Amino acid sequence: MLSRVLSGDLPRSRILTVVLIVIVAGLALAPFVFPGAKALNVAAKICIFIVLVASFDLLLGYTGIVSFAHTMFFGIGAYGVAIALTRLGPSWSAVGAGIGAALALSLALSLVIGLFSLRVKAIFYAMITLAVASAFQTFASQLSEITGGEDGLNFKVPELLSPGFSLAEQPFLGASLDGKLISYYLLFAVTVALFLAMLRIVNSPFGRVLQAIRENDFRAEALGYRTVVYRTLSNVLSAGFATLAGTLLALWLRYNGPDTSLSFEIMIDILLMVVIGGMGTMYGAVVGATLFVIAQNYLQDLMKLASDAAAGIPLLPDLVHPDRWLLWLGMLFILSVYRFPSGIVGKLRARK
Amino acid sequence: MSASVATVPSALPAIMLDRLPLLLVPVLALVALPLMGSVSTWVTLTVAGLAMGMIIFIIASGLTLVFGLMDVLNFGHGLFITLGAFLATTVLGSMADWTASESLLINLLALLPAMLVAMVVAGGVGLAFERVIIRPVYGQHLKQIMITMGGMIVGEELIKVVWGAQTIPLPLPAAFRGSLLLGEAAVEKYRLIAVVIGLAVFAAMFWVLSRTKVGLLIRAGVQDREMVESLGYRIRKLFVGVFVAGSALAGLGGVMWGLYQQNVTPQIGGQVTVLIFIVIIIGGLGSVGGCFLGALLVGLLANYTGFLAPKVALFSNILLMVLILLWRPQGIYPVAKR
Repeated sequence: MLSRVLSGDLPRSRILTVVLIVIVAGLALAPFVFPGAKALNVAAKICIFIVLVASFDLLLGYTGIVSFAHTMFFGIGAYGVAIALTRLGPSWSAVGAGIGAALALSLALSLVIGLFSLRVKAIFYAMITLAVASAFQTFASQLSEITGGEDGLNFKVPELLSPGFSLAEQPFLGASLDGKLISYYLLFAVTVALFLAMLRIVNSPFGRVLQAIRENDFRAEALGYRTVVYRTLSNVLSAGFATLAGTLLALWLRYNGPDTSLSFEIMIDILLMVVIGGMGTMYGAVVGATLFVIAQNYLQDLMKLASDAAAGIPLLPDLVHPDRWLLWLGMLFILSVYRFPSGIVGKLRARK
Repeated sequence: MSASVATVPSALPAIMLDRLPLLLVPVLALVALPLMGSVSTWVTLTVAGLAMGMIIFIIASGLTLVFGLMDVLNFGHGLFITLGAFLATTVLGSMADWTASESLLINLLALLPAMLVAMVVAGGVGLAFERVIIRPVYGQHLKQIMITMGGMIVGEELIKVVWGAQTIPLPLPAAFRGSLLLGEAAVEKYRLIAVVIGLAVFAAMFWVLSRTKVGLLIRAGVQDREMVESLGYRIRKLFVGVFVAGSALAGLGGVMWGLYQQNVTPQIGGQVTVLIFIVIIIGGLGSVGGCFLGALLVGLLANYTGFLAPKVALFSNILLMVLILLWRPQGIYPVAKR
């Protein structure tokens, strides 16, 4: 049963299983176990990034394509919902229209980019997507009448999801049953569904072909698979899932702007999460996203302690300054690429 | 085949120079002329475009050679730009007396050490970068892209450790400020200086590449690495040299770009990187001449469209890239074997 749900792709490591159970249980019970608005925000962000990182893994880890335009699709999803809700008012049909329009745009765009440039070498594709993504970012911040420019858009979500909505007067197990809680569980359910869908995709015959292309595209082509078609499909699928992750982000934050969904920093974050978690293993997305988002939010507190403790020693306080957390994750990233290219998950699977 | 041995021509046939792309820059400038309305605006914008193009060329030339020689694309190239710009703030900041002087000569004397320091330090960091970051992943494109990206992240954070994360103003030395009047047209002095320095770098590079043995080896290596290796030359050493030189040039370009923007942020390199990728794709990966033309085209177009249609200007580079690639899918000057 469980094996069917996970598409036959079990964690295959005792420690990894424990880690995954802890993460899933933590996310499922987050509103009750970790009280406070910040903790819930972190949990929601982890969910969103799990979808986003898994969709990037589909492209990078399973097909071996480096794209820097992934946040573009993430942003399209977020803007789709944001614009629809701003224009059409807070209703479920507006959410649906936003998601539909965003998906259509993403799929068309990824198809065009894929068909035009996936025939060329990996390096070329990486550069072209970088250029397109940066152009899209300026485009979004320039069209300020529609996208709100640099300020972004604040909007209302359907009443069921808004923080003002209350299901019961009495708090349940220490958590108030409001719209925020409902949004969180909606987010969680969608995350689980999307993740399992992606797990299904990579473990299907189609997914095997993608991995074959990653390992040796020439041989895959010789075996009769049209690699361009498969690559393009992988690109389109991953863009679609990234768009859905973007819609989740917009619904959760009730705000969207260029920095929250389109910026290049997020692209770098995703890259780090995929590689540290483990490329080509969907579970790597879960581990990587969880680790990174927690580090992003809590490592700084830890580093502040270290920085205060190291006060007086030259240079050291600057190196462990709370704002320099990315430095250490960047080093972990480089080490991952060298020492354990299959990331944490690969490392855990290797040791029996 | 055997017949040709008997009739060896006395001189090697001259390689046909592909002149057509050379026309692109003047044609673009001339097409823009009637659209501007006045000649003086056109002169101002053209000089601005050329200056921007020259700075971009200085930064991009090393990157394209590194790619051509070893098939290594350094996504962390922007790091050296940032480094150069920040070093300039330190060096020029410590020579405030000299930069405040009205004398052009003293200003230049202040700029010179800033550029030298930037080049030396960026070159040194480039050496370390090549050894630590790039060498372990030769020939693995996927890892290369990621690892150089990682190097850029770590480098940028280290720069923030040293200089802080805030924007640092980098004012032009006193004599470089303001503009000269050429007839009706106002031309900023610094842009003229940038054009001169850019031309000097291009000339020096052209001389090294076409008149020296090292240059010959580099060009041969770009065309066919294995052949040069089998003739007994250590292409790895050559590559390290080119990488260091390219990093040093990026450092120099960083000083100039920082002065052009007049303030420096830790993100400065990343922002230019996109522009540089566009330039080297336009030029044809591995081609210095193509890189030069591409940089000028991008610089001119950015300034013209910035004046005529500011909204379009943001995409002018992408548009240019698409047009060039439709014309020549491998870039202006495709390098052999790629």
